[in-house]
Amino acid sequence: MLRNMAPRSFLQWPVVRQVRTGDLLGRGPSVTSPRTKAIGPRTATADRVVQSVCPYCAVGCGQRVYVKDEKVVQIEGDPDSPISRGRLCPKGSASEQLVNSPGRQTRVLYRAPRSTEWEHLDLATAVDMIADRFIETRRRTWQQEDEAGRLVRRTMGIASLGGATLDNEENYLIKKLFTAAGAVQTENQARI
Amino acid sequence: MANADCIVIQGSNMAECHPVGFQWVAEAKARGAKVIHVDPRFTRTSAVADKHIPIRAGSDVVLLGALINYVITNDLWFKEYVSAYTNAATLVHDDYRDAEDLGGLFSGFDPETGAYDKASWAYAEGEGGTIDEPGAGSEHGADASARAAGHTFGSGGPALEHAQVQRDDTLQDPRTVFQIVKRHYARYTPEMVQDMCGIEVADFEYLARTISENSGRDRTTCFAYAVGWTQHSLGTQFIRAAAILQLLLGNVGRPGSGIMALRGHASIQGSTDIPTLFNLLPGYLPMPSAGRHDTLGDYLGAIASKKQKGYWADADAYTISLLKAWWGEAAREENDWAYDYLPRLTGAHGTYETVMGMLADEVEGYFLLGQNPAVGSAHGRMQRLGMSHLKWLVVRDLNLIESATWWKDGPEIESGELRTEDIETEVFFLPAASHVEKAGSFTQTQRLLQWRHQAVAPPGECQSELQFFFELGQRIREKLAGSDDERDRPLLDLTWDYPTDEHGDPEPEAVLAEINGRHLDGPDAGKPLSAYTELRPDGSTSAGCWIYTGVYADGTNHAANRKPGREQGPAAPEWGWAWPANRRILYNRASADPQGKPWSERKKYIWWDEDQRRWVGDDVPDFPVDRAPGSQPDPALGGPAALSGDDPFIMQADGKGWLFAPTGLVDGPLPTHYEAQESPVANALYTQQQSPARLVFPRPDNLSAPSAGSSGADVYPYVFTTYRLTEHHTAGGMSRWLPYLSELQPEMFCEVSPELAAERGLEPYGWATIISPRSAIEAKVIVTERMTPLAVGGHTVHQIGLPYHWGVGKNAVVSGDAANDLLGVTLDPNVQIQESKVASCDIRPGRRPRGADLLALVAEYQARAGTTIETGNRAVTDPAAEGIDPGTDSTMED
Repeated sequence: MLRNMAPRSFLQWPVVRQVRTGDLLGRGPSVTSPRTKAIGPRTATADRVVQSVCPYCAVGCGQRVYVKDEKVVQIEGDPDSPISRGRLCPKGSASEQLVNSPGRQTRVLYRAPRSTEWEHLDLATAVDMIADRFIETRRRTWQQEDEAGRLVRRTMGIASLGGATLDNEENYLIKKLFTAAGAVQTENQARI
Repeated sequence: MANADCIVIQGSNMAECHPVGFQWVAEAKARGAKVIHVDPRFTRTSAVADKHIPIRAGSDVVLLGALINYVITNDLWFKEYVSAYTNAATLVHDDYRDAEDLGGLFSGFDPETGAYDKASWAYAEGEGGTIDEPGAGSEHGADASARAAGHTFGSGGPALEHAQVQRDDTLQDPRTVFQIVKRHYARYTPEMVQDMCGIEVADFEYLARTISENSGRDRTTCFAYAVGWTQHSLGTQFIRAAAILQLLLGNVGRPGSGIMALRGHASIQGSTDIPTLFNLLPGYLPMPSAGRHDTLGDYLGAIASKKQKGYWADADAYTISLLKAWWGEAAREENDWAYDYLPRLTGAHGTYETVMGMLADEVEGYFLLGQNPAVGSAHGRMQRLGMSHLKWLVVRDLNLIESATWWKDGPEIESGELRTEDIETEVFFLPAASHVEKAGSFTQTQRLLQWRHQAVAPPGECQSELQFFFELGQRIREKLAGSDDERDRPLLDLTWDYPTDEHGDPEPEAVLAEINGRHLDGPDAGKPLSAYTELRPDGSTSAGCWIYTGVYADGTNHAANRKPGREQGPAAPEWGWAWPANRRILYNRASADPQGKPWSERKKYIWWDEDQRRWVGDDVPDFPVDRAPGSQPDPALGGPAALSGDDPFIMQADGKGWLFAPTGLVDGPLPTHYEAQESPVANALYTQQQSPARLVFPRPDNLSAPSAGSSGADVYPYVFTTYRLTEHHTAGGMSRWLPYLSELQPEMFCEVSPELAAERGLEPYGWATIISPRSAIEAKVIVTERMTPLAVGGHTVHQIGLPYHWGVGKNAVVSGDAANDLLGVTLDPNVQIQESKVASCDIRPGRRPRGADLLALVAEYQARAGTTIETGNRAVTDPAAEGIDPGTDSTMED
């Protein structure tokens, strides 16, 4: 190995390097390997940076999402945010992995009655099947009036749970659609 | 919080659960503020606090009540603030009887329904009558509870028929709110705190002294809580008790004051404002109830009176603008703006009732939208068994959570209670888009809307909820097109024509614009509204959520405002947009004295500028901007015009902060201490053990442990409480699938004190089995002095800490038993939230049994304790002591 190395100049002696670079404790540039020097942060080579908000708790920390080749490569705290001033907790710091987690599901799955396994369905078919079930259940479980003859105009056959992790605009469409359908049992984590 | 001089964190482990928010507590502390943590466990919050005060879980009203008593008895309350801004001087009707007079129940308890008739709690009226709720009169507690009416006060107080109250400004009349509060808390002494909370008298005195020394003109104290206060059968009253204390100390509406709710999900505030909740419409308008809100006139008449004070009197404009947003041209004056398109409630339809409806085969279809009830809701077994009764289940999530896979690998498959091949449920799993793969707004815990820009497209077949529900709505409408069935009109007439992008997906900003609302008539037709005060009840405006009106003023998405914090003052008004009207501190008129001057230079925030004749300061004034401090308009005017210059609480029906709540709460006008549904301690204040108005569900699958004084209480001798860790998020759906976070917190554990470990032979890092009347789980043992045995009522109470992030399944990076399986379902009657922060259990060394042996273990404990469906479910503990015929206590039959 040594035979292949170029002779070392005096200037590369460790002590000289430390003095020359001002790295007196020998923990900085004087001991940085060429490989380390060649590594740049993913944030520096990103194609664009997008402002976002952490999806975990309700503090609402600002995030900067770094995108390269249409993939999220890093998520960091946004120093502009007056709420978080650039900081993120362990969950917020891990949120790049929430997006790119190896276990994340990106295909529609369907489990038929009594089946022991999942199968794949295409998205359009799944949405169509859900719409059919929604209409059928609604029709079958419809209540026009209560026992006192008062209008109730609803179904107690359809329910939903979730919303605290969703956007306001999404909750708005969910509440609007379900209310128009008479599905009153719409709930989320705020009840819990 | 950074401006506070003292911060009391109680019912929250802020440093671990809201770590980045906690920097503002650290900042306050660095400037000299005192930080006190009151919690059953010593946590990282305690570690950096000036003092940690261990408390027995569920005893918070005793402590807060004693602080109220201390402040009144020692004459430390903020007299000018309390006299002018609260209802201290208001007279309550003669018929009112306090729980202190009646041995534990307030006047009006109805043993038939296990609920209160609230009529006797009302304010006195001039001619000897009472100031009732508007509309059909006082709503019975059982009805108000069923529609979780307490939840409707998220943006304003309860309605009154008018605001012409009787006052005694000397506060001496025994019927004044002040005297009633003083009498009510007289027995809440430091000794009672020691006896019930397990807090030493010296620690209580430190807390009381520190809070009162840091309140007044020059100083403010702030409280912070989280679900450690909400998840109790008395949860609403915990928060009310803190509100009474803070009002007495003048700590509302001022910098560094208030009670901060530390909420746990990115948009849980938003999903309450724009509610995916059964009992609410957007902006805290109630969902109509059959019998009470049968017509639009009934509805508007009941939710607010035109004769009450403040902006809630204009609820008709908010309601009709919502109906216009949803049904457009089909909402016309002659059909009452399509009011009958709204479905009606006939009782409680909350998530726990829904699960019981599944078990009764009444619910066929269920959508789970980023939520994992198999792990995250109380009584996990009931949740999973409920789902096994469904015809179809749609799970929309990032990962294959336990709520999507229980039919394959859930605990009931292992125990043999369910067999995959027998389960008829069809399950659809639809992959969701993550927060960076869609644009939209979250509302964080301080009511601030922040827009997220889309960074990348969702991968594979992942979709946002916006895309999915828009498409589902389109399909349903296509399939119903041409229907002449009257029931389909609300779907077919729904405004569902959002502009779409090149993929056919709706534009999120267009939805935000609809939420904001627009002018429909006149020269400005089509233009966005800029404030909710522009809303009209005549169909000329639309708004999907009135409290959000202004977020899209001038056609600009203000939720996306991003002026860096360092370029703005501390209120940072140009970062995001806070409802209402971009106000950062609510009720901030109270930051000035009745004459409109700042209480002190140090706490200056909003004040009256005599030259400009308007309110000015560091925030958007939360008051009619030109209403002078000395104004005394005729209260009969009603609405905003009736607000006096010293009525800072502009969403309250009388303009005042309520020490005593003459209406609005269903379990008492004042917080009073009762024990939890399950408790090893007898209530030292009253014979009445539990809150008489709590909601119980006596069912064979929901047994309760016997409480102190009943036989079998020693079978489940310990208290457990559940909590969160920094590295995980609630039921784990967004954390247990991430290798980084899973590595940081890989497995389920329990925290026990060295004393309890010795008592039960628990080995550090060994296994323990924890048994409740619902289930048994196993966890690794952490023996730690962070858990303190407390001396309560002459006994030692041991508490066990259980994080609740893990669940049983095969898909996550890490799995484990779910703490929530141990819980039963007992609810707070105001808001229908379950009691999950305190319950009874036993603990023993070793792993839990597998298969059918697990069920046998649980049954063996139940038999030994003699627990039946009647155990712990009586509304009135000792009817004879309360003068009630035991035969009329019908709770059993519910």
